[in-house]
Amino acid sequence: MTGLASAAALLAIVALILILGYIGVTGVKALNLSFLVNDPKPIGEPNSGIANAIVGTLILIGIASVIGLPVGILAGLYLAEFSTSRFGTVLRFLIDTLTGVPSIVVGVFAWTVLVKPMGHFSALAGGAALAVLMMPIVARTTEEMIRLVPQSMREAALALGAPVWRTSLGVVLRAAMGGVATGAMLAIARIAGETAPLLFTALSYNYMSTDLMSPIASLTYQIYYYAGSPYDEWHAMAWAATLVLVGMILAINVGVKVLARNRYQ
Amino acid sequence: MDTVTTGRTPPLTEPRARRPIKRALAAGRWADSLFKLTTLMFALVVAGLVVVIIINMAMNARLSFDKFGFDFITRSIWDPVHEEYGALPFIYGTAMSALIALLIAVPLSIGIAIFLSEHAPRRLATPIAFLVQLLAAIPSVVYGLWGIFVLAPLLRNHVYPAIQKVLGALPLFQGQINGLGLLTAGIILAIMVVPIVTAVTTDVMRAVPGAQREAALALGATRWEATRIILQNARSGIVGAIILGLGRAVGETMAVTMVIGNRPEISASLFEPSFTIASAIANEFTEATSEMYRHALVELGLILFVITFVINAAARLLVYAVTRGQGKVAHA
Repeated sequence: MTGLASAAALLAIVALILILGYIGVTGVKALNLSFLVNDPKPIGEPNSGIANAIVGTLILIGIASVIGLPVGILAGLYLAEFSTSRFGTVLRFLIDTLTGVPSIVVGVFAWTVLVKPMGHFSALAGGAALAVLMMPIVARTTEEMIRLVPQSMREAALALGAPVWRTSLGVVLRAAMGGVATGAMLAIARIAGETAPLLFTALSYNYMSTDLMSPIASLTYQIYYYAGSPYDEWHAMAWAATLVLVGMILAINVGVKVLARNRYQ
Repeated sequence: MDTVTTGRTPPLTEPRARRPIKRALAAGRWADSLFKLTTLMFALVVAGLVVVIIINMAMNARLSFDKFGFDFITRSIWDPVHEEYGALPFIYGTAMSALIALLIAVPLSIGIAIFLSEHAPRRLATPIAFLVQLLAAIPSVVYGLWGIFVLAPLLRNHVYPAIQKVLGALPLFQGQINGLGLLTAGIILAIMVVPIVTAVTTDVMRAVPGAQREAALALGATRWEATRIILQNARSGIVGAIILGLGRAVGETMAVTMVIGNRPEISASLFEPSFTIASAIANEFTEATSEMYRHALVELGLILFVITFVINAAARLLVYAVTRGQGKVAHA
């Protein structure tokens, strides 16, 4: 039985290594400096790249963070500090349910409330869709981290005459900041890999763009687009773009893990 | 000053000194209420989004609902040209691909969870658990890419022909093999749901009191018998973990869209192309030119939303019951 259980664990790790290894070996072939600094070119032209998609992904993450992080953190603060137990349970249940909503559904939602009234696809709509995916994750990790702050710190601040809002923001949230930042980074890693909510919100764009009100490229959309094309050259570019994306996401995940371990040991 | 010279206590000094403090306190209270109210508002925004999404989608599915009513769920025709829509092929594809995924992922995940919570020393368990969780960090579209160019050719050329040779008598494994289809989607989904099922199962198994294991071992049970007692105690939590995995599999979009073949037909064979609700929306939403077409797709989305809502609610209730809130279900 021990054998079977270890074999299961081994199998999962082998799958991980196979997938990551294949991405590494295949992706690195098309990866070079000109790939990172040039925009896509028509098939057959040299020096085609994904600079616009890298910038686009960063912009989308930026929009999502600007909307999603404050909302999520303050919602988490409320859950941990002020909510009564029954009302808190209801809120927590709804927020956990939002975590389970398929990202494609969030994409449809963003289309109906932003793209349709505005009449065109936009980076803003894509960022907002990603923000919706981000909020529940940030809210729940913030809540958990704030709960770890010792009660005595609140009492000390209040005893010194600090009002509740200063105690919450300046003492409690500050003490939990490391954990909150960890949660925020993991949420960013999660949305950086999303494609489905961008399909009909941010769509894509063939050139470098920083206009928030027009469509924008993203690494994930680019990978999807290249993967569905009939050209070997574009397939190679899909693998290289994947290497960039997965490298970014794994760096965040591993980095957060290492930082967290240093803090708690 | 007055007090010192006359020796009398003038009635005005005290209130005069207190007033600023009082005012400061009142202002502080006011600021505190405002602050609490603000955080409450943000909490309501996040929690209320679920409700807003469902109402919004219901409104945007109106046309299709008015025309087809509840028959939408049981109709198996999907014909944008003649504006005839039904959700059955998509519901079938979603259910079957998720079922295949769970059949593969559940035994594997429970095995990993047993290894992590019962057998592995802590120094080994922590990094292995982290590596398994990394599988969840890989984006869906990347699984799709890997599915198209690595997994599908492998299955088409080596695995599926072998399966067909042995089990070809079953209608499940008949028909043409092209690598992209229901079974391939199920296998990719299995890899994607292993992390979540493993994580929650490990949590609920660790939540079972250690005394249970010690009592069993003290009575002369073997290690496997003790593990079985733990599994039995954690049973409802494990069911919760499986249902959470189901929720994940049902809502997965990109990887499935890229390998399932995208054909809205119900076929007995697992090798044939199929379509899920999520992949139908991903594929057709931007092409939906008529209002009716779009409303039909949004109604598909609404069905998916309701399915995942019910699944998640059930799973969380089961997991909460076992871990009583100590486990972290936030990573779902």
